[in-house]
Amino acid sequence: MDEKIKAKIMDDKKMKRTLQRLAIEILERNREADKLALIGIQTRGVHIARRIQVLIKELEGVDIPLGILDITMFRDDLHRHEQQPAVKKTRIDFPIEDRDIVLIDDVVFTGRTIRAAMDSIFELGRPATLQLAAFIDRGHRELPICPDFKGKYLPTSRRERVKVILQEIDGKDEVLIMEPKGF
Amino acid sequence: MKERTFRQDHLLGIEHLSVDDIETILETAEAFIEVSSREVKKVPALKGKTVVNLFFENSTRTRSSFEIAAKRLSADLINFNSSVSSLKKGETLKDTVLTLEAMNPHIIVIRHSASGSPHYLTTFARSSIVNAGDGFHEHPTQALLDALTIQQRLRTLRNLKIAIVGDILHSRVALSNILLHQKLGNEIALVGPPSLVPAEFAKLGATVYYDIRRGVRNADVVMMLRVQAERGARNYFPSIREYRNLFAINRDIFSLASKRAILMHPGPINRDVEIETSMADSDRSVILQQVTNGIAVRMAVLYLLKGEIHETLN
Repeated sequence: MDEKIKAKIMDDKKMKRTLQRLAIEILERNREADKLALIGIQTRGVHIARRIQVLIKELEGVDIPLGILDITMFRDDLHRHEQQPAVKKTRIDFPIEDRDIVLIDDVVFTGRTIRAAMDSIFELGRPATLQLAAFIDRGHRELPICPDFKGKYLPTSRRERVKVILQEIDGKDEVLIMEPKGF
Repeated sequence: MKERTFRQDHLLGIEHLSVDDIETILETAEAFIEVSSREVKKVPALKGKTVVNLFFENSTRTRSSFEIAAKRLSADLINFNSSVSSLKKGETLKDTVLTLEAMNPHIIVIRHSASGSPHYLTTFARSSIVNAGDGFHEHPTQALLDALTIQQRLRTLRNLKIAIVGDILHSRVALSNILLHQKLGNEIALVGPPSLVPAEFAKLGATVYYDIRRGVRNADVVMMLRVQAERGARNYFPSIREYRNLFAINRDIFSLASKRAILMHPGPINRDVEIETSMADSDRSVILQQVTNGIAVRMAVLYLLKGEIHETLN
């Protein structure tokens, strides 16, 4: 589908400030830093999680473990695809039992990815708490899921798409709203 | 990042795969390795799908490997045992498969002594067909798990010399490996007695050696094949002792291979026939890693094929 940029929501400076705030909020809520762990959802959630990990280190001087989660196997729409979506790596090197886990993704939309992530996490063990940090919350939830930490709430229309563009993948940082051409 | 797509309906052989297909399967398999390291070794990817293991030849390792792979993906699996089946009562292969298909499976994994039987099934079956070994033809999942093992150990699948030693003529493992490494542009050395390594194999882009020392020299991978007594391999050389003296791998011969070389064998191994026992247990031997990787590769294949029922019938 051809798309065009409808609006630029954030630039690199704004994104940096937002990430800093998220890091502080996560620390505020989770006083016992040694119980805390971050899990980024493939692919963009992992980069956001990594940045938050670095910011926490700068703020408190602690190394918070970081896991990588691919939720493909737990999607609820696998039977609907013409071709199977690519499976990426999952790597969680620490026991999640009794930990405070913060799941991190770039955009929360219908909530189905988070549902899949939750199922996937509970196959690995029983965390003390499971929290959700989303860099952008664009609304339109189809499931009873609400982020504990939000970078920005961005009301959108369903036909639009939110793109979180990241230095690590795209070579620059910005958040865009895209819409189909011809609208 | 490049998003890969896999467009095959069946896995009949390495012959039909592109380099891109091979890489997609291996990448997917790498992601699946993690599932087998979990405490709960199960993901719901193929929940509600049915996989039929249709084995017309004895097999323990390949059949159980497919079985574990299917179960770790939450598929339902039926083992069809030919020795107690209706084939003994005179039913044809086609009727057997049509009967099974009336129960709406998604994927049929077949092993059969007739080369080309998986291809034959695709002419009328609606399920995705996976070749788990057909006669003297191909055994694609074995070549793929070998490739995954090579990639893990040597960190690459390019610019390698692959020496395959033994009964090339009757080996579907050898043919699938030859086709795979030919597609990847690797150098292939085939080693064995002339009766088991016909010169025609050179047409596949391989070099044929009748002297194991020359064939193994500077190889990065030494792949030993089993002497398949049950397929009449014994009629192709004078005695097991002579075969062992000329073509078994031992420390002395293996030292001619490259410094980082690994030793592979599809199993089951005949200790002190094609492989000296101390070599089989050495740290250069990756035989058990091959078995472990078999599960991840088969999970990847079952996942990628998915086995939507094709609308070819009716």
